[in-house]
Amino acid sequence: MSNTAVNIKGKKKEIQDRSSLVVNPAKTCQPIGAMYAALGINSCLPHSHGSQGCCSYHRMHLTRHFRDPIVASTSSFTEGASVFGGKSNLKTAAKNIFRIYDPEVIAVSTTCLSETIGDDMFSIISDIDIPEGKTIIYANTPSYIGSHITGFANMVKGMVNCLSEKKEDYVTSDINIIPGFVNPADMREIKRITKLMKVPYTLFPDTSGVVDSPMTGKYEMYPEGGVTVEELKNTGNAKATIALGSFASADGAYELEKKCDVIPYILKTPIGVQATDQYLMQLSKITGEDVPASLEIERGQVVDIMTDTHFHFHGKRVAIFGDPDIVISMTEFVLSLGMVPAYVLTGTPGKAFEKEVKSILETAGVEGKVKASADLLTLHEWIKDQPVDILIGNTYGKYIAKEEDLPLVRVGFPILDRSVHSYLPIVGYRGAIRLIEMISNALLDRQDRDTDLEDMELVM
Amino acid sequence: MEIKKFKTLEERKKSISLKVENKQADIDCHKESLAGAVSQRACVYSGARVVLNPITDAYHLVHGPIGCASYTWDIRGSLSSGEETYRNSFSTDLREKDIIFGGEEKLDAAISELVEKYQAKFIFVYATCVVGVIGDDIEAICRKAEEEYNITVIPVQAAGFAGNKMSGYKAAGQALLELMNKKEHESISEEIKENNNIKISRATPKINLLGDFNLAGEMWIIKDYLSKIGLEVNAGLTGDSNCQQIMKVPEADLNIVQCAGSMVFLAKRLKKKYGIPFMKISFVGIEDTVSSLYKIAEFFSDYKMQYDIARLVEEKYRGISQELDRCCKNLAGKKAAIYVGGGFKAISLIKQFKSLGMQTALVGTQTGNAEDYQTINELVDEGTVILDDANPNELEYFMREKEVDILAGGVKERPLAYKLGVAFCDHNHERKHPLLAFEGALNFAREVDQTINSPVWKYVRRELL
Repeated sequence: MSNTAVNIKGKKKEIQDRSSLVVNPAKTCQPIGAMYAALGINSCLPHSHGSQGCCSYHRMHLTRHFRDPIVASTSSFTEGASVFGGKSNLKTAAKNIFRIYDPEVIAVSTTCLSETIGDDMFSIISDIDIPEGKTIIYANTPSYIGSHITGFANMVKGMVNCLSEKKEDYVTSDINIIPGFVNPADMREIKRITKLMKVPYTLFPDTSGVVDSPMTGKYEMYPEGGVTVEELKNTGNAKATIALGSFASADGAYELEKKCDVIPYILKTPIGVQATDQYLMQLSKITGEDVPASLEIERGQVVDIMTDTHFHFHGKRVAIFGDPDIVISMTEFVLSLGMVPAYVLTGTPGKAFEKEVKSILETAGVEGKVKASADLLTLHEWIKDQPVDILIGNTYGKYIAKEEDLPLVRVGFPILDRSVHSYLPIVGYRGAIRLIEMISNALLDRQDRDTDLEDMELVM
Repeated sequence: MEIKKFKTLEERKKSISLKVENKQADIDCHKESLAGAVSQRACVYSGARVVLNPITDAYHLVHGPIGCASYTWDIRGSLSSGEETYRNSFSTDLREKDIIFGGEEKLDAAISELVEKYQAKFIFVYATCVVGVIGDDIEAICRKAEEEYNITVIPVQAAGFAGNKMSGYKAAGQALLELMNKKEHESISEEIKENNNIKISRATPKINLLGDFNLAGEMWIIKDYLSKIGLEVNAGLTGDSNCQQIMKVPEADLNIVQCAGSMVFLAKRLKKKYGIPFMKISFVGIEDTVSSLYKIAEFFSDYKMQYDIARLVEEKYRGISQELDRCCKNLAGKKAAIYVGGGFKAISLIKQFKSLGMQTALVGTQTGNAEDYQTINELVDEGTVILDDANPNELEYFMREKEVDILAGGVKERPLAYKLGVAFCDHNHERKHPLLAFEGALNFAREVDQTINSPVWKYVRRELL
C-alpha cells in the first residue's frame, strides 16, 4: 500500500505546480456549510435547492462527522426543473415539508445547479404560501464560489437578512456571538465561558443539543437545541456582535451592522490561550464585566500544563491544514507551545488567510510555507520535500500520515474515522488543555513506538 | 391496517405496502422522489461514481465544483491488489468565472496536467450537474485529449439532475463499454448472438463477475470459490480491476451479475454486442451463495463442477457451522428491518435473516423495481411493511410499530436506528469486513449478534409506539 498519492513515488522531491487540477481537496462546497449552520436554529429543517444528490452527500458527510441523524430536504431537481427553473419544485417542497415535517423554519440553501439556472430565491420564496407563524429563510450558496466555510458564513448572513429586526431606540444588553464552523462542544464551551463572564448573549447558530443530542430512545426530528427564531429576530437589538473567526462569522456580523446598526467585533476563533484571552478581554471591554476568578484559574492551569510539557513540543515541525479560522488560531497556539508551523494550508480561497498566517509567523520569527486555495497533494509534496514531525488536520490527513508514517492529530471538519470529537471542545482554556493532551500524546506515543524497550523511559 | 394511522403525504401512501397472504405486492416504485419528502436517495453522478471508482489504475476526474469530488473521495472500501490511483480525488474545481465563460478550457488544462505531471494513461471524466447546464462538450474534449496524448479518456455523462442513481449506473455501464471498445476483440458469430448457445471449448471457462466492488476484499473470496470449481475469472467489474482487464471483458464465456441494480444494463449490452450470456447470482448469504454456484454449474452443464461445488460447500460449511450455530441461538426470534439501495440486496438479506432464525418485519429500498418487490412480497411473512424510497419519518414509525431489533442499512440510517434504541448492521460502503459467501455469512451473523446483544441497549429506555 505504498503509492497512495499520485505518482509521488519515484518523484520524491519534486513539487509540481498545477493551475487547473485539484488533487485531494482541502475543502468542500458551500451548501454543506449552510446546512450545518441551519441545523443551529431550533426546529429548523435545512433545505437544499437543487438535485437530490447534493442533499444526500451533505447529510451523509455530516452524519459521519457527528454520528447523529442529520435530516434535510431537497427540491429534487429533474431535467425539467433545470430547464424551466426550480420554482415549482420549491413550492411543492415547502408545501410537503410544512404538512408532514412541520418545522418552525425552513432554511433554503441553493446549489451550483439552481444558481446557474438563475433561480431568484427572493421572488420564489415571496410567492410561497407560508403557514401562519412559520418562516422560510434562504442563502445563496453556489458551490463554485468559496468553500463550505463561505456557505456557513452565507447562511449566517441569511439568518440576519431574513430575520434580524431592530426596534426603534431599543438596545438590549445582549451580545451576539457568532461561533463559526465549530463543533457543538465548542459552542457549548463558548456559552459556558460567556456565562461565567456574566454576559447575556445570543449565540447563533447554535448546533449544541441538535447534532449532539442525548439518547432518549426516541427519535426527535427537531431536538431541543438551537437558537430560536425569536432570539434571532432580537439580534438586531443587541449591544454588539462578536464574530469568532473572520471567514465563517464576519459576514453575518457586518450584515447585522448594515441592517440594524449593531457594532461588529471580529476576533479569532478562541483556540489557545492568546485567542481565548482576546475573546474574554473583548467581552469585558464591551460589558464592563471583569474576568471571574474561575476563568483565571482555568487559564492558570493551561499555562501550568504548558510549562510542564513545553520540552515535548519545542522545535517540533508541524503541518496544519483545514478550515481557515481554525487553522489561523491553531498556528498561533502551536507557536505558543514552541512548535514550528512549517506548513499552513487551507482549501478555502482567500488572500487574507495567507496574510494573517504570514504575519503570525513573522511575529514569532518562524519561517513556514502558507497557502490558501490549496489542496492536500500540495501539502503532501511539501512534506515529501522536507518532512514534519506531526500533522494537525481533519481525517483526510490520514492518507498523508499513513504514507509518510506521521502522527495525525484530528482537528476540524470532517472527522470521519474517530468518534467523540464533537462532544469535547477545542476552544477556550479547557479546549487548550485538550489540544495539549492530544498533541503531546501523539508525539509521545510515537516516541514510545520508535524507541527500543531498553531505551524507553518510564517517566517522560 | 396500521398504515392508515400513519401521517404521510398522500402521494407517498402508494409507496407503502403491507404483505397480505396470497396477495401480490401493490406498491408504487421507480418514480421520481417528491420534492420536500426527504428521500434517502442520491443522484446520477453518485451512481456512476460508485460503479467506476474501484477501477484501480484510473484517474477519476470530476468536472464540476469541488463538492462532488470531495464527497466521493475514496467513497467505497474497495481494495486493490495493484495500483492505488483510484483512492485520490481529482477535480477541476470549477469557479465562478468558469461557470460564466465555460469550463472546457479548464478541463482541457486539467487533463493535460494529469498526463504531463502524473503520466495518467486512463482517465474518466465525469460531467456533474452544473456542467450539464453550462453545456461543456466533454465528449469533444476527451476525444481531443486522446488524440493529443495517445491515451484513453472516457467521458461519463453524469449530470446529477438527469435521473437518479439508476441512470448513473447506466452512464457507468456506457463508459465501461467505451473502454472495452478501445481494444479489438475477436469477432463473435451472428449465430452465437442469436441463440446464445455458446460452446465452451476451453478447458477452463472464463467468466466475468459483474457488480462486485471488492469491498473489504469480497471479490477475492468469490474468485477463490470460482477457481476451486474450475472457473477462471476473466475480469471483475469493477472491484480490484484495472483498465486492461476491463478491456478484456468481451473475451469471457459467461457474465455473472452480483449487484443487479448497477450491472444488468451492462450485462444486457454485453450480450447483445458480444454474445455473452448472463445470469443474476448473489453471494449474499449461504443460501444464495450455494444456489448461485449450482446455477453457474448448470449453465456449463458440468457434472465435475457440481461435484466440486458440493465438496466446496461442505468444506466451507464445516468451517463456520459451529460459530454460526452459536450466533443463531442468540438471535432466534429477533425481528429485523431492512433499508438498502437495491432490491436484490434486500432479497438476499431477507433470506439471510431467515437463516439466522430471524424474521424481517420491515423492508424497503431506494431503487427497487416491481419485480424485486414481488419477490420480496413472496419471501416475507404476513404483516411485513414494504416501502419504496422511504424517508426517516416512515422508517422511524414502522420500526417502532414493528418493534424491530435491528436495522440493516447505510450511512444515513445508522444514527436513526441508534436513536431509537435499535441495533444496526451496515450493509453498505462503510463496512470493513466482507459480508459475502460463507466467510461473509459468518461475519454477518457475528455482527448482527454483537449489535443486537450489546449491553448498551440495557442503558437505553426504548420508547415504543
